[in-house]
Amino acid sequence: MHEETVYDALTAAHGDEARWAFGTGFDDPLAGVDTTIPEGVDPADLGGYCLMLGDDALVLSQRLTEWVTRAPELEEEVAMANIALDLLGQARLLLSRAGSAGVLGRSRERAGPGVPDEDALAYFRDAAEFRCSALVTAPDGDFAHALVRLLVASTWRLALAVRLRGSRDPVLAAIAAKAVPELTYHRDHAARWVLRLGDGTALSHRRAQDAADAVWPRTEGLFTATDVERRLAGAGVGVDPAELRDEVRDVLTRVLARAGLLLPPWPADAPPRGRAGEHGPELAPLLDRLQVVARAHPGGTW
Amino acid sequence: MSIDSPPAPAGPAADGLAAQALQRQFEETLAADHRIEPRDWMPDGYRKTLVRQIAQHAHSEIIGMQPEGDWLLSAPSLRRKAILLAKVQDEAGHGLYLYSAAETLGADRADLTDKLIEGRQKYSSIFSYPTRSYADVGVIGWLVDGAAICNQVPLCRSSYGPYARAMIRICKEESFHQRQGYELLLTMMRGTPEQQAMVQDAVDRWWWPSLMMFGPPDADSPNSAQSMAWGIKRHSNDELRQRYVDMTVPQAEFLGVTLPDPELSLDPATGRHRFGAIDWDEFRRVLAGGGPRSAERIARRRAARDDNAWVVEAATAYADKHASEPRS
Repeated sequence: MHEETVYDALTAAHGDEARWAFGTGFDDPLAGVDTTIPEGVDPADLGGYCLMLGDDALVLSQRLTEWVTRAPELEEEVAMANIALDLLGQARLLLSRAGSAGVLGRSRERAGPGVPDEDALAYFRDAAEFRCSALVTAPDGDFAHALVRLLVASTWRLALAVRLRGSRDPVLAAIAAKAVPELTYHRDHAARWVLRLGDGTALSHRRAQDAADAVWPRTEGLFTATDVERRLAGAGVGVDPAELRDEVRDVLTRVLARAGLLLPPWPADAPPRGRAGEHGPELAPLLDRLQVVARAHPGGTW
Repeated sequence: MSIDSPPAPAGPAADGLAAQALQRQFEETLAADHRIEPRDWMPDGYRKTLVRQIAQHAHSEIIGMQPEGDWLLSAPSLRRKAILLAKVQDEAGHGLYLYSAAETLGADRADLTDKLIEGRQKYSSIFSYPTRSYADVGVIGWLVDGAAICNQVPLCRSSYGPYARAMIRICKEESFHQRQGYELLLTMMRGTPEQQAMVQDAVDRWWWPSLMMFGPPDADSPNSAQSMAWGIKRHSNDELRQRYVDMTVPQAEFLGVTLPDPELSLDPATGRHRFGAIDWDEFRRVLAGGGPRSAERIARRRAARDDNAWVVEAATAYADKHASEPRS
C-alpha cells in the first residue's frame, strides 16, 4: 500500500544502486558521449571556448537564483528557478567538456582528487580565471533589470546555439541542440515580461526604460571575436560572434518597439574584456558566495 | 472575500426541509467514503476548516522554500545545486496546487497571502528554525519531508476531492525530496570527520522540532475530532507521530547518527518506541511567531509582495489594455 511503502523504502533501496534518488547518481554528464577532440583543433582552444560559454551560463544562473523566494508571483518563482536550472545544466555540460579538453589548470590541484571537473572549474578558479561576459556579471537591481538582461542574454545565446548545432565537435553540437528549445523558452518568457513592463503602468514603463538604458552598454563586447573564437569558427567548431550581431539587434529592436520603449543607442564594438578575465568588482562577491562551502571543506564529498 | 457556501435553493416554506436534505446528502457522501467536490453543498464549518488547513499547508510550502533556499547560492557541488534548485522549485509548485485547491472553496490567493504576512494565518513552526550548515539541507529532506510525508499520505484520502488530488502529486514529489536528503546525508557520513559532525549537529537541532510537526497531543487538539468526523483528517496527531518515530529510528541507525533523546527505547511488548517529553512551550512560542527566524521569514514574503507590487500592477494594466486581442 502506498501509505506504508513510501517512507519504509528509505533504508532498503540503495547500496550499489546509485540512481535510487532522482538526480543524485549522474556524476559525469558526458558519460557515454565520444569526447575525442575533432582533428585539427587545438584542445586548449576548445576548452577555452567551453569556459566562455559555460561561465556565462553559470553566472547568469546564479544571478537568477538570487530571485528565488523573492519573485513577484509564485508562477515567477517557478519560472526563474526553471530558467536557472536550464542554464546550470548547460554550464555543467560545458565545464565538463572544458575539463575533458584539458584546460583545468591549477583548479584541478586546488580541488583535490575525487572532485569532478565541472566542480573543480566552478569552485576552484578565482575571478580572473573566469571567462564570462560583462552582460551576465552585473547585479540585477530590480525585476525590470533582471528581465531585460535575461532578454538580451537569451537572445544572444539562442542565436549562438542555433548555429553551434552544426559544430564539428559532436559534444558542442549535442549541448547546443539540447539548449535551443530551452533558450527559446527563456527568450520568450523574458520578451513577454518586457512587453508587460514597457506597456503596463507609467512606473513600470520608466523602470523598463531605465533597465534597457543600463543593460545596452553591456553588449559592447558581445560581438567581438577573441582569437580563440576566430580560430574555432575557421575550423567549423565555433561561431564568430560578429555573425550574431544583426540577428540579435533585430530581435531586440522589435521587442522594444512593441513594448513602447525607446531603443537605446547600440554601443560601438569593444574588446570582450570578460573573455580575458577582466571583470568588474561585482564578480568576486558572486563567486565568494558560490564557492564558500566547497572551499571550506577540502577533501569533502557531496 | 466571502467563503460562505452558496445558499441552499430557496423555495416557499421548504427552506428547512431542503437544508436537511443537503446535510443528509453530505453525510451520506462522507459515509460512503466518496469525495466532496467544489460544486457540492457543504456545511460552512467544513468549508472554513478546509480553507484554514489548506492555506496553512500552502503557506508552509512557500515559507519552507526559505530555510533551504538560503543554501542555493552556496551548494557545494553543481549537482547538489541542481537537486536543491529543483526541490525548491517543486515547493513553489506545491504552494500553487494548494492555493488553487483553496480557491475552489471560494478563497483568494492574494487574500490568503495577506493573512500570512499579517500573522492572521499560520505556517508550520518547523520553518522558523535556521539552517546552519549544508547538512541541514539533507536533514530537512530526511526528517522534515519525512514527517510531512507521514502527515500527508493519509490526506491523499481526504474527503475533499481537490485537496486529496493535490496531495497525491505532492506526496510523490516529497518522497523524491526525502530520498535526495537522505542520500546527501549518507554521502556526507562517508566524508571527512568534520562532515560527519555536521550531520550529527543538524540531526541534534532538527529532531525535536520535527516531532512537533504533528501538532499538539491529541488531548490538546480541540479541532481534531471534528476534522476526523468530516474525513478531512484520517489519523490523530499522536498516532502519526508514533508512526514517524518508529520508522525513523532504524533509518538513523543505518545512517550512523544518534537521535538526541536519552529516553528513546524500543518497547519489546508493543514493538513501538517510547520517547521523551516534547517541549510544547517551545512549540507554542514558535507557532505564535516567536521562532528564531519567524520575523525574517515573514519579512521576506512581505518584501516580495510590496517591492514587486509594481510588477503585478503592470501585468494587470497590460492585460486590461490588451484584453480584446487574441492572446499572444
